[in-house]
Amino acid sequence: MNIELNTHSKNIIQWAQTHPEFVVMSADLGSSCEVKEFSKCYPDRYFSMGIAEQNMVSWAAGLSREGYRPFLHTFGVFLYRRVLDQIEMSVAYPNLPVTFVGFLPGIMTPGGVSHQATNDVAVLRSIPNMTIFDIGDATEIESVIKLTYDVNGPTFIRMLRKEVPRLFPANEPMLFNRARTLTEGSDITLISSSICTEEAMRATAVLREKGLSIRHLHVSTLKPFTDPAIPEAIASSRYGCVTIENHVTIGGLGSAVADVIAEKGLGKRLIKVGIQDTYCHGASKMYLLKKYGLDAMALIAAIEDLTGQKFKIGEQELEAIRFEDYSAV
Amino acid sequence: MSRKTPEQIQNAADAIRKRILGLAIERGGCYLGQACSSAELVASLYLGVLNLGPSLGSMLAQPFPGVPSPDNMDYPKGSLYHGAPEPDKDRFFVSPAHYASVIYCALVEAGRLSPQATERFNVDGMNMEMIGAEHSPGFECTAGSLGQTVSIAAGTAHAYKMKGYSGKIYVMLSDGEIQEGQAWEAFQASSFYGLDNLIIYVDVNDQQVEGWTKDVMNLEPLDQRLEAFGCKAVRIDGHNIGELIEAAGTEHDGKPLVVLCHTDSAHGIPLLEKSKPFLHFVRIEGGNAEAFEQFYRQM
Repeated sequence: MNIELNTHSKNIIQWAQTHPEFVVMSADLGSSCEVKEFSKCYPDRYFSMGIAEQNMVSWAAGLSREGYRPFLHTFGVFLYRRVLDQIEMSVAYPNLPVTFVGFLPGIMTPGGVSHQATNDVAVLRSIPNMTIFDIGDATEIESVIKLTYDVNGPTFIRMLRKEVPRLFPANEPMLFNRARTLTEGSDITLISSSICTEEAMRATAVLREKGLSIRHLHVSTLKPFTDPAIPEAIASSRYGCVTIENHVTIGGLGSAVADVIAEKGLGKRLIKVGIQDTYCHGASKMYLLKKYGLDAMALIAAIEDLTGQKFKIGEQELEAIRFEDYSAV
Repeated sequence: MSRKTPEQIQNAADAIRKRILGLAIERGGCYLGQACSSAELVASLYLGVLNLGPSLGSMLAQPFPGVPSPDNMDYPKGSLYHGAPEPDKDRFFVSPAHYASVIYCALVEAGRLSPQATERFNVDGMNMEMIGAEHSPGFECTAGSLGQTVSIAAGTAHAYKMKGYSGKIYVMLSDGEIQEGQAWEAFQASSFYGLDNLIIYVDVNDQQVEGWTKDVMNLEPLDQRLEAFGCKAVRIDGHNIGELIEAAGTEHDGKPLVVLCHTDSAHGIPLLEKSKPFLHFVRIEGGNAEAFEQFYRQM
């Protein structure tokens, strides 16, 4: 598996060449959000707004009304909690094309509770006109800017930074409101998003060897959530569905799937793997994945529950994958 | 747009006040104190300061056109009443949406809305709500949640600067909403970006919902605070048409201009005097109705 470096930084610099209306706004975390190089290439299109997110959001609304395409950069946690009213009244109500690029989704920061965006999807999914993307790999980082232009309204991106794996072929960009089928199978449907997809891929590789037939879907559009492949997969799964997300299990991917199961009358069981109605604390990614039950082992336990089978898988079987340093702030 | 004489503007301000008192009597109440404090301010902007193109809005009230959505972006906007956006024309953002009735009545005086339209003010299903949104005549943005419009207008002014437009961005603020932290973020950033195309008129009527502003959360010395944040600030008599017009010409090179208009929320309707400082929403019912009706007849 290839690890790509600073993909967002390269991508926006390239995008800006042919899109003069594309501008970057930063709330003093630009260098932590891959816009430092952009500010050197396009100093006139990089707006330092200081540690003042509320003004930044409404100011962006003013710019977008004049035809600019503002992309707001800071940690995701500061782009939904303290600016919720500004998002709703300045941007979402008028359906303006403003993009919130929220870095460090879920447990992707050692910065602790104040820096962890763990219920952003739940909050943002309730906002009319809002579209939410949850990035899973480098290919998706490269494809998402175009999708925000296609949407032409408010968009929130749960963005990944620095070293990001390329899980999906570079020539297969993410599609709007379309899940990616990673494996075909009929025993269970496994639906994953964000960094949890990598964990899910580790788990499915081992489980398939044990004879379990898994339909694994990776989801990168969390709102809207109307891809017909989702109910179709769940309806045809023998045991039901497991979701895994880098977010609390209330209001995020798992809840969106639950709505689909209920509204379509699929009558299948669902197990939601994710952060269980708690805040988290500051530590390394690997520690947090394990502590809060977002890792491959937690997923396997959920699948054992769903299927009523024991697969006797130890951590050593799940090795393979990378464990690089995520401790940088 | 032809500028009106101070006398004509005063007549328009008087007419705004009278029309809103009429609505308040008819409907049992209205944001009447705000009409009294801001009638000259708003009339001066529309008739003596703003450089707007001819209105593109309907002269009559319209059915509510629906909320903005991907399928509904071409609905008639409140900004149509300020004319087509042109590089050399001004824009006018109203922040305190509670002043909607004042804006509607000022549009009537500016010939941009029919007098009949105000009969549909705050009627269910119509676009001229008591607190509207950006579909309401005269509203460039959705402003009811206080403190956000100055940032939106500043973003617009920033865009005008980058595009080299000569039109100015005017904002009307109320004093109470300057208590919002975001307003100060906006002043700070407007100064940082040198937005000398941004002109903010503040209705300083010294009152808010819970009483005198100085008792709820003191803002003074507002001019010094604004200057410390990098704005040019001037204080004027907000009922003096000459001062209101002249203030827009204050030199403010490289800085946003804030015009602090000191006003009286009983101005022109002394009957309101005894209700100060609780004039956020004036109810006219039972006991006080006759006095207001009598006053209205002799206005």
